[in-house]
Amino acid sequence: MLILHCPYCGVDADETELAPGGEAHLVRRGPEASEDAFHDYLFVRENPRGVHFERWRHAAGCGKWFHAARCTVTMEVFGTYPAQVTEPPADLLAAISAKRPGWRWRDFT
Amino acid sequence: MSEPASALGGAVSEGFARVEEMPPRGMIALRGDLGSGAVKAAVKDALSLDLPGTWRATDAGEAAVCWMAPDELLLMSSYAQAPEIARKLGHFLAGEHHLVADMSDARSLFRVTGLDAREALAKLTPADLSPGAFTPGTFRRTRLAQVPAAIWMRDDTVFEVLCFRSAARYMFDLLTEAAARGGEVGFWPD
Ligand SMILES: [Zn+2]
Repeated sequence: MLILHCPYCGVDADETELAPGGEAHLVRRGPEASEDAFHDYLFVRENPRGVHFERWRHAAGCGKWFHAARCTVTMEVFGTYPAQVTEPPADLLAAISAKRPGWRWRDFT
Repeated sequence: MSEPASALGGAVSEGFARVEEMPPRGMIALRGDLGSGAVKAAVKDALSLDLPGTWRATDAGEAAVCWMAPDELLLMSSYAQAPEIARKLGHFLAGEHHLVADMSDARSLFRVTGLDAREALAKLTPADLSPGAFTPGTFRRTRLAQVPAAIWMRDDTVFEVLCFRSAARYMFDLLTEAAARGGEVGFWPD
């Protein structure tokens, strides 16, 4: 069971109050993209053993979308942050590096 | 003119806490920039109330302003006054980025009363209902068993619960079961 801190309303929300939104920071590929790029955008997802970035929505709460960084092995939550960004905040990346030296997730390290 | 009717006709159940479906109440959704002076002034103009803090409600008599989200409030009034209040808000906020909608028929409202009303509700929600965290004036959207709902603590022994009207029967039965005699918890001393 996850408990994620909603960065919008400040509640430490139980997983049953949240709706999962899949992988974070996907870059949309539109009609101008190659078939391979569009295929990857639609279907190819990370499935890491360790650090992972996801989207969640505080569905039975304030209703807002946000991001979460967690470890898929230990369920440790490294942090949550607002939805209106294209990459995790620098202080969160540093905090993850302190706990999981050498980690990598897509282009983030 | 047709008479407004609640979903369950004012159903009541008596357990270690009393569960009662409330008559229709005016409910107006207001979305906009809550930090802007305009929204604050519009609410003051319409209901003579200040904006509540996060997960709080301000109220006086039948009127209330409840915090729903960082950009959303739920305004309460008598059922009859709601259309006029919504009209006034829309007029006041003309030119501002906002949304006003009279949602009075969208939801059902219940009152759970009793010394242990808190314990009946705590069985049903992941929200922290402990006396130190959930105090009079707290208004919190959450989940009660399988449905989204909001819990408003009016005072030490009176809670109100809002849910979508389509879930009214489910909510009434759920609250009744949670408050049934024999199901007292006794975790928080009175
Ligand atoms: Zn929230």
